[in-house]
Amino acid sequence: MALTPVLTAHWDDPQSFETENYKKHGGYEALKKSLKKTPDEVINIVKDSGLRGRGGAGFPTGMKWSFVPQNDGKPHYLVVNADESEPGACKDIPLMMANPHALVEGIAIGSYAIRANHAFIYIRGEVPHVIRRVMNAVEQAYANGLLGKNIQNSGFDLEVVVHAGAGAYICGEETALLDSLEGRRGQPRLKPPFPAVAGLYASPTVVNNAETLASVPAIILNGADWFKSMGTEKSPGFKLFAVSGHVNRPGIYEAALGTPMSELLDYAGGIRSGHKLKFWIPGGSSVPMLTPEHIDIPMTYEDLAAAGTMLGTGTPMMFDETTSVVKAVTRWLEFYKHESCGKCTPCREGTYWITGMLEKFEHGKGLENELSVINDVCSQIAGRSFCALGDAAATPFPGAMKYFADEFKQATRVPVDLTFPPQESTIFSKVGAK
Amino acid sequence: MSIKSITDSDLEVLESLAQRYPQRRSALLPMLHYVQSVQGMVSPAGIQACAKVLDLTPAEVAAVATFYTMFKRFPMGKHHIGVCTNTLCALLGGDELWKQLTETLGIGHDETTPDAMFTLERIECQAACTVAPVLTVNWEFMDSMTPEKVRDLIEKLKSGAPVKSTRGVEITSISDSEKLLAGINDGKYSQSPGADESMLAGLKVAKERNMTAPVSKAGK
Repeated sequence: MALTPVLTAHWDDPQSFETENYKKHGGYEALKKSLKKTPDEVINIVKDSGLRGRGGAGFPTGMKWSFVPQNDGKPHYLVVNADESEPGACKDIPLMMANPHALVEGIAIGSYAIRANHAFIYIRGEVPHVIRRVMNAVEQAYANGLLGKNIQNSGFDLEVVVHAGAGAYICGEETALLDSLEGRRGQPRLKPPFPAVAGLYASPTVVNNAETLASVPAIILNGADWFKSMGTEKSPGFKLFAVSGHVNRPGIYEAALGTPMSELLDYAGGIRSGHKLKFWIPGGSSVPMLTPEHIDIPMTYEDLAAAGTMLGTGTPMMFDETTSVVKAVTRWLEFYKHESCGKCTPCREGTYWITGMLEKFEHGKGLENELSVINDVCSQIAGRSFCALGDAAATPFPGAMKYFADEFKQATRVPVDLTFPPQESTIFSKVGAK
Repeated sequence: MSIKSITDSDLEVLESLAQRYPQRRSALLPMLHYVQSVQGMVSPAGIQACAKVLDLTPAEVAAVATFYTMFKRFPMGKHHIGVCTNTLCALLGGDELWKQLTETLGIGHDETTPDAMFTLERIECQAACTVAPVLTVNWEFMDSMTPEKVRDLIEKLKSGAPVKSTRGVEITSISDSEKLLAGINDGKYSQSPGADESMLAGLKVAKERNMTAPVSKAGK
């Protein structure tokens, strides 16, 4: 395996975010190529490539596009999910900062394929520097006849609106995002109907992750076979891996799917000097943790599922031996409690009660019988809420108990800050610092 | 602190935001961001204004405004400071920086200093995990922070000295950031570099080790 810079290939150009720079490297050629094909031909190329959604669920993109009904007389919409808020996930924000045009081109191609004349880019509100970049890229694309009326004399019209969220993790869930984009509280809808049938304004809608759409132009330009020459049969192509935590060189590593975690860790300079890996999370706090014994696992949807976890957002967080598992899990549960939208009782109440119990463990006052109570509450949340936030909230604790039950038992007697002095985990720690 | 009222020209801006969408109500979040840029909060009068423009009841608008963490029902100071204390940032130093800031500023979560200079908030994951621990000032990122850098930052902000985000953007006020979030482009997009060191980490290794993506047989 090897690093395969495609999306990141020209991020080191000083003006990587400008139209001219993107065009210099073949930018917007894929759009011109697509507009000469029929929409169905474009969908088929993406289907053949096997591209799977990069937002976490891994649903095949071409198939999602093909679910949109044709000739139904209703307006169609493409909505970009750029609400990146999953703890540990940081790949869409860098992508939109360094090269927003790859996303804009992907939006134009995707909209053409699903016969949408209106697209929305829903970006979390907390990132003005990235919102500026995307706004500007959209304005440049209009000025260059790459968006707007009769794009490149093809007869295809597309309006694109950049829309800022306002601080709600739940809006990364596609139906909550649609409600939010309609000017409502961001609460998930019951599916079916799926957005492909009744999405934004009850019209056929495709919601795609930002990295997914940004990957489309390279596929159109180089072909499905080229894309499939990277990765595995079930997980083809390249992917942005954002490696964070206690490593020497945290950052974005673009590699073929199937690259083992140990290889990615090597590129990232290994665990910080003087320390060793304790546990790691392959793709956001919503997927179960793994241990050093899993480090050679190929980073694919299927291999990680077989290990009892998920690829998720493909953004591994690495933690060394200074980390308290109890504290890590408690903090994640506090996050889910804060972000639960309150619509479904199991998630709203469950996250509240679990957090209360876990906080006692953090202070060395946990009750051992509550470990089974927490486990029980987790199983009452999972599968009993409208959306995946509930399932996600039920994930960290059982995952941690599988490998680190002793630490929770110890936390019935000793505050975790005594067992794991917080200072030692910090990047400015003097203990064994790099 | 006196809260600015919503003027007729503000109502015109709100109306122009509503017209950007196929269905006007879609503009509600941008409109609330605009109200917040004018008032430093979303006041009952701001809610009334949005309701009037969109032909909704104030209760319908309030239901939305209270759902989203970024909309504040109390007046913010000139600068909003966010400290990520989600797991990864917290462990890598965010907890310590939070403690330092609460002590330095003498305020806690969602509180404002008496001189109306700073509002402090514990925030969730900012999608900047490769540069943890991260702080935000008016939502502009301050990456890879340390206690020394935080001390320096606060001193500069207090004295009114120019401060830039570690991603290059000039720091002004929460009000300016909120105006951008309403969808009003401030043209500052080129103040940030294309990418930072952490974003280029993989590309650098690839170049050192002569690794590239396969060349397409389809050709261009």
